[in-house]
This record gives sequence, structure tokens and C-alpha cells, in this order.
Amino acid sequence: MKILNLAKQAILVPAGIQDADIEKIMARLLTSSVDAADIYFQSSHSESWVMEGGIIKEGSHSIEQGAGVRAVSGEKTGFAYSDRIELPVLLEAANNVRAIGRQGQEAQIGLIHAANTVQYYPVANPLKSLGEQQKIDLLRQVDTETRKLDHRIEEVIISLNGVHETILVANQDGSLAADIRPLVRMNVSVIVVENGRREQGSMGGGGRSDYNYFVELNRGLGYGREAVRQALVNLEAQEAPAGNMTVVLGSGWPGILLHEAIGHGLEGDFNRKGTSAFSGRVGERVASDLCTVVDDGTIAGRRGSLSIDDEGTPTENTVLIENGILKGYMQDKLNARLMGVKSTGNGRRESYASLPMPRMTNTYMLAGKHNPEEIIKSVKKGLYAKNFAGGQVDITSGKFVFSASEAYLIEDGKITRPVKGATLIGNGPDVLTKVSMVGTDLELDSGVGSCGKEGQSVPVGVGQPTIKIDGITVGGTSI
Amino acid sequence: MQNQQEVNRLKEIVQNLLDEAKQQGATAAEAGLSQENGLSVSVRLGDVETIEHHCSQGLGITVYFGQRKGSASTTDLSVESIKETVSAACSIARYTSEDEYAGLPEKALLATSFPDLDVNHPWAITADEAIALAIECEDAARHYDAEITNSEGASVNTHQGIHVLGNSLGFLHGSLSTRHSLSCSVLAQRGESMQRDYWYTVARNANNLEAAVEVGQKAAQRTLRRLEGRSLSTRQCPVLYSAEIASGLLSSFIGAISGGNLYRKSSFLLDALDTQVFPGFVHIHEQPHLIGASGSSAYDSEGVATHTRDLVTDGILRSYVLGTYSARKLGLHSTGNAGGVRNLTIDPGVLDFDGLLKQMDTGLLVTELMGQGVNILTGDYSRGAAGFWVEKGQIQYPVEEITIAGNLKDMLRNIVAVGNDVDYRGNVRTGSILVERMSIAGQ
Repeated sequence: MKILNLAKQAILVPAGIQDADIEKIMARLLTSSVDAADIYFQSSHSESWVMEGGIIKEGSHSIEQGAGVRAVSGEKTGFAYSDRIELPVLLEAANNVRAIGRQGQEAQIGLIHAANTVQYYPVANPLKSLGEQQKIDLLRQVDTETRKLDHRIEEVIISLNGVHETILVANQDGSLAADIRPLVRMNVSVIVVENGRREQGSMGGGGRSDYNYFVELNRGLGYGREAVRQALVNLEAQEAPAGNMTVVLGSGWPGILLHEAIGHGLEGDFNRKGTSAFSGRVGERVASDLCTVVDDGTIAGRRGSLSIDDEGTPTENTVLIENGILKGYMQDKLNARLMGVKSTGNGRRESYASLPMPRMTNTYMLAGKHNPEEIIKSVKKGLYAKNFAGGQVDITSGKFVFSASEAYLIEDGKITRPVKGATLIGNGPDVLTKVSMVGTDLELDSGVGSCGKEGQSVPVGVGQPTIKIDGITVGGTSI
Repeated sequence: MQNQQEVNRLKEIVQNLLDEAKQQGATAAEAGLSQENGLSVSVRLGDVETIEHHCSQGLGITVYFGQRKGSASTTDLSVESIKETVSAACSIARYTSEDEYAGLPEKALLATSFPDLDVNHPWAITADEAIALAIECEDAARHYDAEITNSEGASVNTHQGIHVLGNSLGFLHGSLSTRHSLSCSVLAQRGESMQRDYWYTVARNANNLEAAVEVGQKAAQRTLRRLEGRSLSTRQCPVLYSAEIASGLLSSFIGAISGGNLYRKSSFLLDALDTQVFPGFVHIHEQPHLIGASGSSAYDSEGVATHTRDLVTDGILRSYVLGTYSARKLGLHSTGNAGGVRNLTIDPGVLDFDGLLKQMDTGLLVTELMGQGVNILTGDYSRGAAGFWVEKGQIQYPVEEITIAGNLKDMLRNIVAVGNDVDYRGNVRTGSILVERMSIAGQ
């Protein structure tokens, strides 16, 4: 009950909302033709600090709070929200949204506090985990140490962000569930210059933890070193090759391949509607038998992890592809109900002001049996892509892109010279069928990913071991 | 009238915020408040999918203690919350550094006249009427052709916002604006090939929206023409950016001449002022006072007056895009561009779309770009693309799963023509743009 009580203290008590009031709003939402309804309360405190040009340039603090009410009848959804958590406002919102169903009798419900679920992160407020001066000192230390690393460094920009979010969700069965979610992130980007050529590099990390995460193991300093290393590599980079070729993807963040190529295409809403290139393909081969891919919201402290999703469902470790065979989709309640399956705990929303939908948590490929060096050695001529920027997918045609930010040529089984970043493009349903080697070195990303869908952004994680793809199009300029 | 009363009420809150900041010791402050109301409905396969009622508000304040700065924001507009928000901003300013460039805009640059730009036209549409309109739109798409086999639906959105901005130099202004849109997205199938595309219309005044049937039909046409797309072999060739995506090319250019990237020296157009960036026939200007247009406003996000002005004449870069802070860092004055450019326009050429195809003769027409592969620091450009292969000025077949790549510096200089087929929907108004040569990677 601890989390639930803390959440009530944070949101309901200051607003003067009692359990009986939630029952009243829910009763208003539920008419005879409503299949599901929920009330989602959220309170989020966040801050950000930016160091640039050697000074603490900006700091900001933000409070976002409100409630959203939803009624679902068949495939129809009515939704309203307000920044004001006040009974009359929420009753009015409930009146508006229940019009989605046919008129009927109001149902009565009694609120039941949801059973305790496993917590994958601490409840303490990360914004208070360091004093203001300590946050500043941390930024200054990373700035000073990073600038010392190389005389070619021209600028260092460091940002530090923290969020403390509390949510409460009441469902039509009367269950009331809560979650308290910390999230921190630090990012270092550097600009280097040599003989008039300017390049950049950036590295960051974080997770559902507090600011001590960046002090422990000197992670913050590590981001600075890595950003500088990348920027210096870019100073040497020549034109990237163009055309279809063998590509070896590094471990960790390059797992964005999975997120774009197959992840979105396996979200329940697209598959219920039959608009995904993966629709109706459960049980079919969609990858080589070396590939097993999961979406796992249950990893302690990861950026994409959630104890419960935004509909109150505990998250799971969901197998999406097992030894190359498509096993299932990621579901929220609405799409699960309409497809006759159970929610996999993937119902997420950006905030109270947006409707939930099936979203990824941490999506990664399990380790294989090849030594990463052996994978590189097996390539006569190809590209080794070690780091990536963002990506995008058209879930209907299956075409996806992701952009390499650090890449090298492989010649005769050896990594030779760095090439400029380039976009890779492929076809989701068949790219994984071309995976011919999977490394032993599974790694998750450092905790910087955000995923956008229909205008809503949520934090996610990705990961993979080193993998070899026998043919994918690399969008360089060197023909 | 009721709206004006609401504007006045919100102005009072902003004034209270500024007063509270002064009370707490700030030497200067700027505050903004927004309130938005709206309705969104979406339909799919002829039936309602969602009805969303939007109602949101938020305020933000930036305080200065001498040259130190702090910011805070909240969605709670209660008196108590306003005090706390100001305190949070002030407390942050105790820890930020002295920054000689920080501060409010010069008073002389603030807007003092507020012409009616005709951007506020509430749409008295009920949820039922919006549903009917969306269904009419989706029906037109679904019944357009037997190969249209599925739908992502159609949606109608209407929003009205009130935005109030004030600062301790005495600037305090509130404005009302509306935005309405209608969009449709459908799927087509032929054998193994499944494609999806969409069309939308957006306007300040609902009377200026394209007809629902037209939007639906365009969505269907755009989807059907993509069926059975194939890749190309890797090659170099001319690339024609269709008008609806050519705006992205100009947005990258604007990014490169924006103050933030310039003072950080992370632009491929450093020191490019008064140099040839485009070919001589290119003229680009900003028209912030256009009546009823999507980007129209008398002042920028700091209250600085906006002006109709030239950015590029005869292909030569004449001005940067600056807010107060970046201008001071560069030893210049704000150009009224805090928050970006407004109604950026590239002068259309004489050729229409078919004329551009003929001029290109053989090459790639790009109608969709994917991914973020644009590096503003180096100008390196590599993006996923879809479109059509063109020979002898005629579209031959749809193309997908390719990338187009080059360097923006060369791409801008090698623009061969700008069409007169201007897309007026967004904040960047351009016709299709023909680039002489780019690298295409494919099978």
C-alpha cells in the first residue's frame, strides 16, 4: 500500500479528492454500454540545468499536473482532461466523454486498492537526491575534466535533467493503482576543431534512478570522454559508401534497429487494424533462427522500465520473436480486448492530456554465440556501424531508417577507417531474416532513448549484441 | 467579447507574476501564459473512433537577478502556485552563472503596434458535425478505388488558444488564435504490396479548409500511386523535392543561419553573411504580417516586433535569424526571430510541377523523406526517401527503400529551379525544388 498512499498524498489529498469522489466520477463514466473506463491522475515535477561556454547558463523547474478521463465503448473512445484536479471539473469531463456510449443507467462501483506490484525503481524524489550546489558542482566537474581531454575541444555543452512523476489510475472494475517514477538523464556534447574542420560528438545516459547515478562509477565523466572520442573520430571520417552491403551493428544503442524495424510494427493497435506489415503473421518466420527479441518493462532502473503501465497493468517481459518466429504483439487494454488477448502492460501515454496506446518499454535482442571479433573477421567488405542517432519507420510498407553517427569500413575482416554518418534503410519484415551472426555481447543502451508516436513522446530503452546483417542499403555519398 | 474578457483576466495573472518576481527581488522578468481549448474527433471505417475534448493551460516565467537567470513553469494557475513558481525561478537564479549576454530585449525593439492579422476564427462545430465531416472525408478516400482496402481514418481538429506575454519593461499583450484541420490516411493493397499515405488541410479559418471530399480523394490518390514501389540501383542523378517536403530543405537552411547554431559555431554556414549561398535567382523572405497565415504574428516569443524582411536576395545571404541572446553573443541585434521564422517564403519560379519534371528530364522525384540524417554543423545530409523515377519528364514508377545524400552547402548552391506549385499550408511556403545532383543509394 505504500506507493498508493504516497501517490494519494501527492495528488489527491492536496486537491481534496476522496475515494468516494473517484467512485462518483467513475459512476458518471459508466453507462450500460461502456466497456471500459479509467481516470488517470498525474503530477510531475521536473528540472533541467544546462552548462555551456564554461558557465551554468540555464536552469528551469516545471510542474505539470492534471487528470484525464476516458470511456470506451467497442472501438470508440471518449476522452477529456483538465489541468485542474477538482471534482466538479472532473464530473463535467465525465459527462462529456460518456456520450461515446449509448445512454443507460449509471453503474455503481466500489473502489478497491490494487494489490502491491513489484517495484523496479526507488520512490525517492531524484530532484532532491543532490543539493543544488552539488548539481552545479557535478556539472562543473564534468565540464572541467572534459575540456582537459584534448586541445582540439572548442565547446562543451552539458545538460542534466530530472523528473519525479506520480500517477494514479482508477479503472472501471474499481481498482486503484499507483506508481512513482523517477527519471534522470545527463548529456554531454562537444565540438572539436582541427585545421578549420569542425565536428561534434555526444554521449549521455541515465535511467529510473537519481542524480547519484552520474557520480557513481564516474559515469558523468565517462560521458564526457566518450563524446570527445566520438568527435575526434569524426574529424578523421571520410565519405561514407553508398549502396547495399554487409553491415555489422555494434552492441547496445544500435538496437534502435529493432525498435524501428520490428518494434513499432508489432504494436497491437496497428495489428488490430491490419495496417502493419506484420499484421496476421503470428507464428510465421520473420527473422533468422538466431534472433530472439523481447520487450521487457521489468528491468530494474532502466529508462524504459515501468512497474505498472499507464493503465495500471504490471509490465512484463514479452517475447516478440523467438528463434526467428513471430510470437505476439505488444498490447494495451483496448487493443487486447478487441483482439481477444491480455494486455502485456504496454499501455502508455505521454501525460494525462493524451490517450494511452501500445508502446514499447525496453526492446532488445538476446545474446547469441558468436564472438564479436569473429563477426568482424567474417566480413570481406562492409560497414561497421557503432553508434546511431534517431530512426523512423513506415509501419505499413515496413520501410525503416536509422542514422549511423559513428561508422567504419570493414576491409578483409579488419576495421580500417572511419566514415561519415549515413542513413541506413531497410524493410522491417525481412531485415532480420538476413541476420547471419549474433554476438555474445548483449548490451542495453546507456539510457537516452525517447520514442515518438502520434505526437506523444515516452522514454524507452533498446539493446542488442553485435550482429551481422548480410545486406542493407547504406546511404553514403561515395559511389 | 467573452474572449476579450478572458484575455484581460490572463493579462492580469501575467502582471501579477511579474509583480511577484519583483517582490521576490528579481531585477527583470518575462512571463508567458497560454490557454488552449479544442475538440478532436477521429473516425475509422465509417464509425467514430475517438472524441477528445482538449482544455489545457500553462504559465512560465524567467527571472533575472542582474545577469543571472532562472526559469520555472506550471500548469496550476492558482495564486499559491504562482508564488511557488516565481520562487522556484528565483531560487534557480541563485545557482546559475553571471552571463553578460543574458537579459530582456532592448526596449526599443519591443512591438508597440498590434495589427489585426486575422488569425482568430473560432469554428462553431459540434462533435456530431465534426464526425459527419470526417466520415465524408474518409468515405471519399475509401470509395475512390477498389484497391483502397483499409484505413487509418480521418480526423477533424479545432483549437483556439490565448497567449499572453509580458515583461518588466512594460510589454503586456494577449492574442487569440485558432487552428483547424482535417486529415485522412488510407491503405491500398495490390498483391504483396501494401502502402499508406495521407493528405491534410489546415487553416486559421475553417472556411479556408479544402473540401472534405477533396482531402479524402487526394489521400487515396497519393496512396494508390505508391503501390508496387521498387528500389533503384545506386547512382547519381537530379532530385526534385515535391513542394510539400521541399520546406524541409529550407528549414535546414534556416537552422544553419539561426543564432543558436551560429554562436555555438555548429553551422555549415558560419561567416556566410553577404556571400553566395544559393544561385542568383533565389530570393527568400519572411512575411510575419501576412493576413490569416499560419505563422503570422506582430511579435516574437520575446515581444520583439517582427518585420517583413529579406533573408536572401540574388542568392546572397543578407541576414541571420536571431533572438536577443544569440544576437548579443554575435554582437548584433535581435531580428525578431525568438521562436523561429514566420511565413518564410521563397519566390516561386515560372515553371509549374509538370514543367519542373520536364526540366529535370531524367531523375528522382522525392515525395517522402524519413529519418533525421541532417547534420547542421557539417551540412552532411543522408535521408531515407520514397518517390518516383522520372524519364523524359514523365513519371515512370514508384520508388522506395532508397536514400538520398549530399552536403547541404552544395545542395543549396545547386538548386536549379523553384516551382510555382507553392504549398501554402505551413510556416514555410515553397514550390517544388529541383536540385542538380545527389547520391542515391539503393539495391
